Amino acid sequence: MERKIILENIEIDGIRLLEVYRENGGYKSIEKALKTMTPDEVVAEVKTSGLRGRGGAGFPTGMKWSFIDKKSGNPRYLVCNADESEPGTFKDRYLLEHIPHRLIEGMICSAYALGANKAYIYVRGEFKSIIGILNEALKECYKAGLLGKNILGSGYDLDLHVHTGAGAYICGEETALLESLEGKRGNPRLKPPFPAIKGLYGCPTVVNNVETLANIGWIVNNSGEEYAKIGIGRSTGTKLISACGNINNPGVYEIELGLPVEEFIYSDKYCGGVKGGKELKAVIPGGSSVPILPKNLILNTLAGEKRLMSYESLSEGGFITGSMLGSGGFIVYDEDACIVRNTYNFSRFYHHESCGQCSPCREGTSWLESVLHRIENGQGKMKDIDLLVSIASKIEGNTICPLGDAAAWPVAAAVRHFRSEFEFHVLHPEIVKNVKHGSLEKYLEIPVLTAE
Amino acid sequence: MFKVTIDNKSIEVEPGTTILQAARMIGGDVVPPAMCYHSELKNSGGKCRTCMVKVSQGSEKDPRPMPKLVASCSTEVMDGMVVQNITSPEVVEARKAVAEFLLINHPLDCPVCDQAGECDLQNLSYENGSNASRFEEEKRTYEKMDIGDLIQFHPNRCILCYRCVYAADQLTENRVHGVLYRGEKSEISTFIHQAIENDFSGNMIDVCPVGALTDKTFRFKNRVWFLKPMDAHRSCSKCSGKAAVWFRGDEVYRVTGRKDIYGEVHDFICNECRFEKKNSADWIIEGPRKIESYSVINQNHYKNIVIPSVINPIKETME
Ligand SMILES: Cc1cc2nc3c(=O)[nH]c(=O)nc-3n(C[C@H](O)[C@H](O)[C@H](O)COP(=O)(O)O)c2cc1C
Ligand code: SF4
Ligand code: SF4
Ligand code: FES
Repeated sequence: MERKIILENIEIDGIRLLEVYRENGGYKSIEKALKTMTPDEVVAEVKTSGLRGRGGAGFPTGMKWSFIDKKSGNPRYLVCNADESEPGTFKDRYLLEHIPHRLIEGMICSAYALGANKAYIYVRGEFKSIIGILNEALKECYKAGLLGKNILGSGYDLDLHVHTGAGAYICGEETALLESLEGKRGNPRLKPPFPAIKGLYGCPTVVNNVETLANIGWIVNNSGEEYAKIGIGRSTGTKLISACGNINNPGVYEIELGLPVEEFIYSDKYCGGVKGGKELKAVIPGGSSVPILPKNLILNTLAGEKRLMSYESLSEGGFITGSMLGSGGFIVYDEDACIVRNTYNFSRFYHHESCGQCSPCREGTSWLESVLHRIENGQGKMKDIDLLVSIASKIEGNTICPLGDAAAWPVAAAVRHFRSEFEFHVLHPEIVKNVKHGSLEKYLEIPVLTAE
Repeated sequence: MFKVTIDNKSIEVEPGTTILQAARMIGGDVVPPAMCYHSELKNSGGKCRTCMVKVSQGSEKDPRPMPKLVASCSTEVMDGMVVQNITSPEVVEARKAVAEFLLINHPLDCPVCDQAGECDLQNLSYENGSNASRFEEEKRTYEKMDIGDLIQFHPNRCILCYRCVYAADQLTENRVHGVLYRGEKSEISTFIHQAIENDFSGNMIDVCPVGALTDKTFRFKNRVWFLKPMDAHRSCSKCSGKAAVWFRGDEVYRVTGRKDIYGEVHDFICNECRFEKKNSADWIIEGPRKIESYSVINQNHYKNIVIPSVINPIKETME
């Protein structure tokens, strides 16, 4: 079923502008929340909605909000995480570029619910154009009395600021983001204390993803109960999926959670099938940090059930035969994709992005990269494959922040599901040295010309 | 008071005590090694991951175990908490992993390193290291550099524990050094190689758990195990004047802060006491210091020595 919440009206010309956005029903939720609801009622609606964090971890948003320390007497902050840098994920960017007011509307309701009078949007440094778009949108809101003192005469004050990062993936981790926002080096903090108790400037803070916050306006307008009717089971609502890789229609899609993965890949409404009519080989369903799954396991679970685009279904089978919905970065690989090369590429990314604070991640990510580099270039040994698994398992769970896990999981999963491909690289160094792409097995069979 | 049990030994501690502090109150084998935490330095800890332990019962009220190992230096105890250090195979395994990670890029130059014999990393690898390395890549190397006239910095040996950064930041007014770059390329550095010149800079040498920061006035002068450390003091207008003075015969070879059995200095000394008072007449001797029980130079510490499994490293590479 087609269901639009976040991308509703996105096709309308000029929807980026406040005037057009309001003509199409925008900012109604502000009136409703600020004038007819108490902050706690807004929190209660979000709880009822079952909305879960869209930044990757899927933590229930209403519950996160209820942890915020209201007794400390310190100011409270709302921070929007727009640092989107996970390879394969580009959904927040699309939303921000096309319909920035959806986020701002959600943030006003959310900040009101949390009792915050200051909120920040932390934008990835590379999103130069988006920074301009957001600042324009904020200016419009201030002018229209939607931000600033006494919003729409409700007595509620909110200042919203855009803050630019310098382009570091690690600053997407919420505590590194807060450090960076405070003007410091973006090193993740030790948890506990969690941001809800001690966040920005040591004050209670909620950090939420762009897409998470963009849902709040709809929930206020239509009630949490209505929202909970969309989706499947504990995966309520819709999700933005950024689809890329070897498919016919790469792009950003809003799907209702529960859509079968098979339909998402093959339907013309979405990915439109694998490009060039090739066979599907593997999919990474939730951004580079989640385990890769081969065709059979992404279309169906081990138990033979259809896999659905939902938090529960995608993680069915745990890390042995399952994966995660993650951030919704859906990467498709066709039969000619080289899994070893892809894994090496990701490990290069994590090596580059590790903040270097804790020893397992600082040393382990660079070690993984160099071993994978050797295998990819035909200098690997058989024992290197087990070494990869061992290094990954020694990083996992031993680090300060989840970047260490995110670096380890893709390697462990690639070896688990595509071990033969790693072995091929070790056994046929001359082929992998000369061929940098494609399914390498076919280079083993030299075509024979027959007399006919 | 909170009751906490670590490796089957119980103790009552004040709320707010960390697992590591509680373990140190019990003492002995239940104490996890700690390379980056230093009780006198605010915000230190949590980084090296050597002190990780398993919490098999969160508290009396909520007996669930914690899902992951936790850094004992930065996790506070709860009433009724049950912790496993060396009694947990998972902890032992993780500590081995951390020791391996800390050593893969380490130059292993103990024979020419002034810190040998009083090095936390050396001790860690005696207890948790393996006899052969699985690391075949080229090690990361840097040029050594001088931080002022008195301190030499060997980045190759640095484990990025951040202790010196906190020491320089917290003991004096002007922060002049920090961490440059990111990830595996992180480097301790003064900003554009400035000298660190303040009266307490020498304490960075004492807080460094490895041989990355060394005393230039002592470099290569002697091996620490030939020296006799004495507790001594002098009246000083800048610091407490309480130091450890290291003698060979009647000659003073070096002056350091007094490290406790966990390698922590609690009375930081000034540079004058450390670098300029090298006459026995400068000091009032209190008596001999004990060599830290955890140090590899302590007698009977070589208990688990195994003959290296790789006798011929060339053979291994040819395989
Ligand atoms: C290394 C790392 C990078 C992350 N990057 C992002 C990001 O770019 N955007 C984001 O929303 N969350 C990111 N997260 C997740 C955040 O830490 C945090 O969980 C999220 O912003 C919470 O928002 P939510 O509850 O709305 O999902 C990242 C986490 C890690 C560990
Ligand atoms: S896991 Fe990696 S990125 Fe996270 S704190 Fe440790 S070193 Fe930094
Ligand atoms: S120089 Fe020494 S004290 Fe400073 S970070 Fe490196 S190991 Fe730690
Ligand atoms: S001493 Fe606890 S992490 Fe380093």
